[in-house]
Amino acid sequence: MNPAFRIPGAGRLSQAKTASFSFDDKSYAGIEGDTLASALLANGVHLVGRSFKYHRPRGFLSAGAEEPNALVQIVRDDARKTPNVRATVQELYDGLTAHSQNRWPSLAFDVGAVNDLASPMFSAGFYYKTFMWPKSAWKNLYEPKIRAAAGLGVSPDRPDPDHYAARYAHCEVLVLGGGAAGIAAALAAAETGVRVILADEQAEFGGSLRFESGAKIDGENGFAWAQGAIAKLKAMDNVRLLPRTTAFGYYAQNFVSLVERVSDHLKSPGRELARERLWQVRARRVVLATGAIERHMVFADNDRPGIMLASAARTYLNHYGVAVGRNVGVYTANDSAYAAAIDLKKAGVNVAAIVDLRDNPTGPAIDEARGLGIEINFGRAVIRAGGKLRVSSMTVQPKNGGGERTIPVDAILMSAGWTPSVHLFSQSRGKVAFNEETRRFVPGTYAQDCVSIGACNGTDGLDATIDEAYAAGAKAAKEAGGKAGKSAKPKVDASESWSRGMLGAAPGAGPDTTVKAFVDFQNDVTAKDIRQAVHEGMHSIEHVKRFTTNGMATDQGKTSNMHGLAIAAETLGKPIPQVGLTTFRAPYTPVTFGSIVGHARGALFDPTRRTATHPWAAAHGAVFEDVGQWKRAWYFPRAGEDMHAAVNRECVTVRKVAGLFDASTLGKIEVVGPDAAKFMGLLYTNPWEKLEPGRCRYGIMLREDGFIYDDGVVGRLAPDRFHVTTTTGGAPRVMHHMEDYLQTEFPHLNVWLTSITEQWAVIAVQGPKSREIIAPLVEGIDMSDEALPHMSVREGKICGVPTRLFRMSFTGERGFEVNVPADYGEAVWEALWAEGQKHGATAYGTESMHVLRAEKGYIIVGQDTDGTVTPNDAGLDWAGGKKKTDFVGIRGMARSDLVAKGRKQLVGLKTKDPKVVLEEGAQIVEDPKQAIPMKMIGHVTSSYWSENCGRSIALAMVAGGRDRMGQTLYVPMPSGTIEVEVTGMVFVDEKGERLNG
Amino acid sequence: MAKAAVKTKAAEASVERRPALGGRAVSAPGVKVEILPPAERISLRAPEASVAALSKALGVTLPAKPKTSEAKGGRTALWLGPDEWLVIDEASNDPLADCAKVSALHSAVGISHRNVAISVAGLAAEVTVNSGCPQDLSLEAFPVGAASRTILGKAEIVLLRTAKDTFRVECWRSFSDYVFTLLSEAASDAAN
Amino acid sequence: MLLIRCPYCEEERPELEFRNAGEAHIVRPTNIAGESDDDFEKFFFIRANPKGVIYERWRHIHGCARFFNAVRDTVTDKFVMTYKAGEPKPAKLPGASK
Repeated sequence: MNPAFRIPGAGRLSQAKTASFSFDDKSYAGIEGDTLASALLANGVHLVGRSFKYHRPRGFLSAGAEEPNALVQIVRDDARKTPNVRATVQELYDGLTAHSQNRWPSLAFDVGAVNDLASPMFSAGFYYKTFMWPKSAWKNLYEPKIRAAAGLGVSPDRPDPDHYAARYAHCEVLVLGGGAAGIAAALAAAETGVRVILADEQAEFGGSLRFESGAKIDGENGFAWAQGAIAKLKAMDNVRLLPRTTAFGYYAQNFVSLVERVSDHLKSPGRELARERLWQVRARRVVLATGAIERHMVFADNDRPGIMLASAARTYLNHYGVAVGRNVGVYTANDSAYAAAIDLKKAGVNVAAIVDLRDNPTGPAIDEARGLGIEINFGRAVIRAGGKLRVSSMTVQPKNGGGERTIPVDAILMSAGWTPSVHLFSQSRGKVAFNEETRRFVPGTYAQDCVSIGACNGTDGLDATIDEAYAAGAKAAKEAGGKAGKSAKPKVDASESWSRGMLGAAPGAGPDTTVKAFVDFQNDVTAKDIRQAVHEGMHSIEHVKRFTTNGMATDQGKTSNMHGLAIAAETLGKPIPQVGLTTFRAPYTPVTFGSIVGHARGALFDPTRRTATHPWAAAHGAVFEDVGQWKRAWYFPRAGEDMHAAVNRECVTVRKVAGLFDASTLGKIEVVGPDAAKFMGLLYTNPWEKLEPGRCRYGIMLREDGFIYDDGVVGRLAPDRFHVTTTTGGAPRVMHHMEDYLQTEFPHLNVWLTSITEQWAVIAVQGPKSREIIAPLVEGIDMSDEALPHMSVREGKICGVPTRLFRMSFTGERGFEVNVPADYGEAVWEALWAEGQKHGATAYGTESMHVLRAEKGYIIVGQDTDGTVTPNDAGLDWAGGKKKTDFVGIRGMARSDLVAKGRKQLVGLKTKDPKVVLEEGAQIVEDPKQAIPMKMIGHVTSSYWSENCGRSIALAMVAGGRDRMGQTLYVPMPSGTIEVEVTGMVFVDEKGERLNG
Repeated sequence: MAKAAVKTKAAEASVERRPALGGRAVSAPGVKVEILPPAERISLRAPEASVAALSKALGVTLPAKPKTSEAKGGRTALWLGPDEWLVIDEASNDPLADCAKVSALHSAVGISHRNVAISVAGLAAEVTVNSGCPQDLSLEAFPVGAASRTILGKAEIVLLRTAKDTFRVECWRSFSDYVFTLLSEAASDAAN
Repeated sequence: MLLIRCPYCEEERPELEFRNAGEAHIVRPTNIAGESDDDFEKFFFIRANPKGVIYERWRHIHGCARFFNAVRDTVTDKFVMTYKAGEPKPAKLPGASK
């Protein structure tokens, strides 16, 4: 079946390569190379959607990225249902399935179209004025109903099964836009040898040469020349061509984001292909060759399907071989529509009449049209279009009034002129300037190293464009370090040229009528709405835009902005530059979230860090918890155990026998140099100079404000070498903090810092049997209490591999931390485990670690402290060097508020009912009977069930806490008030005898 | 605990070394991503005055120019900062021991197990690394021998170009899974 | 993403490799423990936060790891220049109009 509107011999597609597709469940035939739009038009289908607000029937306005109407849902499978795809951009593939949007029950009969009849209700600012109260109705009524009624397709409800790629790239010259200008600039730049990237949003390069049948370059038809030039560029090593790629964001220092549609045009893309690829390109010079977009005429019912831009009709004919009608009318205020009329007429389509607003224009295009016998009406306007689901007529009237005449047509081609695409230039923070003569905004003041060429720069005519483009490409390349090019500039043999046109509403669109003459099709904004906005006091274009939503749809006003601005200016009686242009923002066209996310999903969303013993822990049933990016073994449940039971068993076993715990995630920093002790003294509150090599100390680090920043055990390996440990979460920031002071405040110190967090796997062996478990595996270290007392460190070997063996305890039991090179971590763990099994030791996780340390009142920075806790508040004054004259925080902690009485201090809490476990974060009050809001005097920082104590235990920050020992306080909870007693922080072995037990 | 000191005894057998992701490799058109065998590494810090003595002891000149490296006899010294080098030894010699003999001021810290090395090799290697690394990796900007600490996606890496189409990516052990996975996924797209 | 010139690496590098570290040229008093409340307040809490040229510290944290100083315009977000830590505030800025 040869679709009825496909014209034999016209266009560039191979008729042999057919592709079948469906639209709203009806099957059609298309050709490979078609867009969904051209394929539907070939089948005579114009009605493809319903408008956003009024549910008016809509067809195709354009043949490109500016399309505001023809938004469809493309369905590949259950998970791949992409809404709001512009049918004018979507390439056809065999089997493509598309559905129209925003209609119910069907496209031809849409209940929502009642909005169109009720439109006086829905004028500009309707939402702002109407849905104001009651407030509760927003959530339950207005928002869901409005959203449902004003839908823009249906979001997919499953995870996106596609994958998306991302890439950084660098080049000397980035050319955005692959029309005649962009190609010429790229040719000139590429010859100099510099890296050139040329990107174009279409599947094929050529830009307007796709439809400009009158262009001839280097003796060839314009489009053929473009393909030849592209082939030449493609063969060059220094050139990367990016078709199907839209530059959507232009950021500082020539950083441009582009999205490449890799596989949306393929029938069944292989799994290896990304759907889209995000390019983040840094260019020395950017050449903007983004062209111009044709504007529609603003007249009554100008949105009827079949009414489209003249250049679109021409593209469908000259590129796709499709006639958009059999009997077309033309309504124009500029020459370019004549070229469309001429091409269609030559292809055998009847051109009923050209209606030209201008009084007596002259030129070759007009002469040619006349020569072809096309009826031309100067000084006349189309005051309305007839038809509903498809245009059926145009009513013509002299522009200053007079008799009407209705001409039957099945399509209207319109052109009000061309708007330079300054979007990317504007995003680059360049300032546009209004050219009074040509009535258009063009690039004015540049903010970055870029240049605009061709139509986007307001340059008219192919000759001038190629001249400008070639020179700009060569200059950009030269400035970016390229050598002089050799070859000749392309020679333009024939060209088309059109400029001028009109801005704003044409006659018949007001000012006093209530007709719908659309300015912004996608958001259903009419000329009347703009005028009304001005009348209601919106005098800035930014206000008019927001009040009417003109230009705020996903097409970002590509066709509507200038018309809206002109109507507002006219209504205000001000010149256009005084009313101003709204700011263009990224993205130029909608970008999928998938592209923005790129590789960063699933396992690549964020690094997951695992320790060396992770496989062992996983194999032994560990449940893991996230601690920052780390996965840490949380507890090791045995068969039948829940978390509570597992933790109870682990805690008891550690105190009765021993336990193995992976402490590898703790930050570790090696501090080396003759001034190491001096540096440590400046960064920690503690004294270090007299710490003997082989001994350890618990260090407290403050910020300059005097609050606790981090803590950890520090071992002195040699006079000039410390092994510092930090909290797990604090590791990177402690390193940063230490480097900051070393590099910028104490640069005179001869000391260096190296992160060794990941060099060493750390296996804590804690409990009365810990020494018996470790000793058989250790070589070269005397393990006796005399030789290796609590808080000491030795270097030697374990299982034949190097170790830094710390005798230290975070449980209050005799304990060791075995540091071994990370790759040996798991094997050494296994050896220790085997030894431990002989004694009945357990593996324990972070939960038991927390309970065991809380039983001893050892704090965890970040849990028991919150960045407003001083060493004194935490009861850690003992650690500070009393004679020290300087360390970070020494002055901050002496501030009057920090030494004032009544500060919150860390204390223990015991619930009166030992079985009640407090909630961490719960607030504490003195008098539970006081009126709400009660005065809160503290909060619970740590709280656990302690099987070892046979009761609950808690730590809390309480105002004046240390003076409240024995006092009864209250923790009001939703389920009732809990009575607690203030106690010391040590719940097990207050004398600390078990450290040597 | 009034026990006698526990006797120490010599450990007889050494335990197995289990490098992270040991032996993993992924091939895609135009590029192969592969975990490299373990190597000896130190982080070396020193003032300018010590550079000559350390270079002599190590047998490789510590480069003074940013973003460069020097290699000799299976040992590579990468400039990471004005007083910082990463020394990688792939010949099973011990750079830490070599530095220990130097009396000139310096800090040498063993980090052999801290890092994992991944090779990215093939015509599409540059594009593969550029999927997550924002630096210009063209041969002009990042020639053979160029070395730099930088970013790959959400992880920090040290990047060394060992040949026109080969990079050595070093990252911390626990980030190796992320870095390897990202490079593998990027590799599958790189030749397209 | 900005490009920032690292004075140690002697080239422009992507912003992702850097971290801002607050205002520059704030000297930690040598006898900090003896500072009055007012002086400590000025040193620790008070920052210029200007509209326009600001002197600030940056760290090439994922590069050479050095701290350095930068002059940046808070209005345009453009870096005027960068220089090494410890070097004095530049007397004259390149291309300064005022």
